[in-house]
Amino acid sequence: MNRMPLLFLGIFLTFASSWVGLVAYPYFNLGRLEPLTDEDTGGYLPPARPGLAVAGQRAYAANGCVYCHSQQVRFSPLSTDIQKGLGPRQTVARDYIREQPAFLGTMRTGPDLSNIGVRQPDVNWHHQHLYEPKTVTDWSIMPSYRYLYRMQKIEGQPSDDAVRGLRGPHAPPPGYEVVPTEEAKALVAYLLSLKRNYPLPEAPEPASN
Amino acid sequence: MKSPSFLASINPSTQPDTLDSVERAQIDASTRLPVLLFFGSAIFWLLVGSLLGLISAWKMTHPGLLDGASWLTFGRLRPAHLNTVIYGWASAAGIGVGIWLMARLCRVALMHTKLLVTAAIFWNLGVLVGTLGIIAGDSRSIEWLEFPGYSTPILFVAYAFIGVWTIIMFRYRRPGHVYVSQWYLLAAFLWFPWLYATANILLIWQPIQGSAQAAVNWWYAHNVLGLWFTPIGLASAYYMIPKVIGRPIHSYYLSILGFWSLALFYSWNGMHHLIGGPFPAWMVSASVVASIMMFIPVITVAINHHMTMRGHFGALKWSPTLRFTVFGAMTYTLVSLQGSMMAIPSWNTLVHFTDHTPGHAHLGLYGFFTMILFGAMYYIIPRLVGWEWPSATMIRWHFWLAAIGIGMMVVSLTIGGILQGLAFYDPAVSFRSSLDYATPFRIVRGISGFLLLGAHLVFAVLFIQMVLKLGAPKEGPALFAKPESKEAVAV
Repeated sequence: MNRMPLLFLGIFLTFASSWVGLVAYPYFNLGRLEPLTDEDTGGYLPPARPGLAVAGQRAYAANGCVYCHSQQVRFSPLSTDIQKGLGPRQTVARDYIREQPAFLGTMRTGPDLSNIGVRQPDVNWHHQHLYEPKTVTDWSIMPSYRYLYRMQKIEGQPSDDAVRGLRGPHAPPPGYEVVPTEEAKALVAYLLSLKRNYPLPEAPEPASN
Repeated sequence: MKSPSFLASINPSTQPDTLDSVERAQIDASTRLPVLLFFGSAIFWLLVGSLLGLISAWKMTHPGLLDGASWLTFGRLRPAHLNTVIYGWASAAGIGVGIWLMARLCRVALMHTKLLVTAAIFWNLGVLVGTLGIIAGDSRSIEWLEFPGYSTPILFVAYAFIGVWTIIMFRYRRPGHVYVSQWYLLAAFLWFPWLYATANILLIWQPIQGSAQAAVNWWYAHNVLGLWFTPIGLASAYYMIPKVIGRPIHSYYLSILGFWSLALFYSWNGMHHLIGGPFPAWMVSASVVASIMMFIPVITVAINHHMTMRGHFGALKWSPTLRFTVFGAMTYTLVSLQGSMMAIPSWNTLVHFTDHTPGHAHLGLYGFFTMILFGAMYYIIPRLVGWEWPSATMIRWHFWLAAIGIGMMVVSLTIGGILQGLAFYDPAVSFRSSLDYATPFRIVRGISGFLLLGAHLVFAVLFIQMVLKLGAPKEGPALFAKPESKEAVAV
């Protein structure tokens, strides 16, 4: 092959084709979706995320939660995600418009978290789980995130936000308590905000599960 | 200028305008400093990356291992592993092989050495800052792009120097045929900056919205493999195989078909990572079709290499370069066909989100690309330092530890992943079962990590011996056995 302009043109055009299709198109299309108005409450769908949960998303990124937890419910009947209880409906592009970044994920070493805020709304459960996963699930292989917590001596009354019911080798000894750092509180606020069960016209719930 | 005869035009070892051995030695010597810098730093990052991978692997079965500190948590060590092996090892070693091949195939001594030395320093600085950034918790957890925004411009500047250098070298090449390896190298060196800049701008510096990010993310990540590593790996195989056995590439036309079909189809593959996800059906379908169409470039290259090797497989017994390169080339066929299959939606639904995918990724990045890099380095380094490899036994250890290690890893993750996928698919099976199924296979994978780390330590020792010219001078090259025929022209 000695026709150099042809070689360079081909190298350019083949790559440009995928750039247009898989980068420019989603940029102008998926990247410009707007939230819908919820006619019942006057709010938005998907709902706006509280500031603490936005900070929590940064903690989710910094500590690499995405490497084990996906956040997408695939449609039926391609997959059994809905029968498995990952969510009442498939997740669609509009679900992710507030995500920075969108943690779709590629692994389910741990369970999918698209709707963890629905399945597990208890704040203390999440703190127990992050501090010592085996406290709530004895066969869990999730690492402990106790570096997001402080163990401190109880001065007078126990703190309001102290984590209750911890077990295992890292449970606080008598007279001590475990309290979440701001980062841990933010992370839990983010997890509780993961509720992709609101209705969207483009993603009807399947008639029968 | 008279065009070269058909056979001569496709085989670097018989080109009429080929160089005499003195000129060739001068060109090799001119590449010495930058290529050794890239190789040496790459081997350093390979060791770091292997260790990070090994610890991450064992954390999956023993979550209590080294826990309790933020910078040792799985969610930071795993991306640190991926980025050090991708950018620190595979890219840097690939750039080193690319520089050497460009100088040889352009048939001119290396120009602007300082440009490349600066690039090597910046590249490593970028990898170091980026890796520390991930460990410190600055990653945004976008797969393959975890390096924080303050480190990627350093890498991009380093890359820009290399890109400019490539174009200058090509511009000042000695007249004559442009060999197939050069097409692949030129394409890779032009695609990468476009790819890297697009992904960094749209995902790190000025992030776009929502699920569009995931589309760009997997367009990027799959193309790093398909349009950066794969062309460099194929360029090396297309050069080393004919060079070692001393006969031309089987078919020029298959080379052309393989190159253009790769360029067209591979670039569209990315969305097969998102089958069933929140995207328009046509985007996913386009990627599924392109993934299946990858049969064309893969089978084409496989036939071309196989027909070139035919009758010369005996050379695998004695040539380290050829043994590593052919292992890599054969794995390329295997991993690509597996990849096409994994893009078929029904199969994808089963194995997506499981250990099957990292098994596939390691087969590609290690079984194919890393083995090809090792093969090329065994050929190139003696020509840079003017010294022969000190021990064929150590090279043999390197090969078998690497080959058995990657075999164990891929087989265990592939099977474990399928069982895990069956557990995910069946609504009657609990999530816990998916862990129970996967755990024994993850332990085998953890053991394979020791073998690979061992292989890399052996290689690092060999490299240090070469650079320092340790041991007694040898008469001829280090071979596994005596060549059977007299055809052998190189090792």
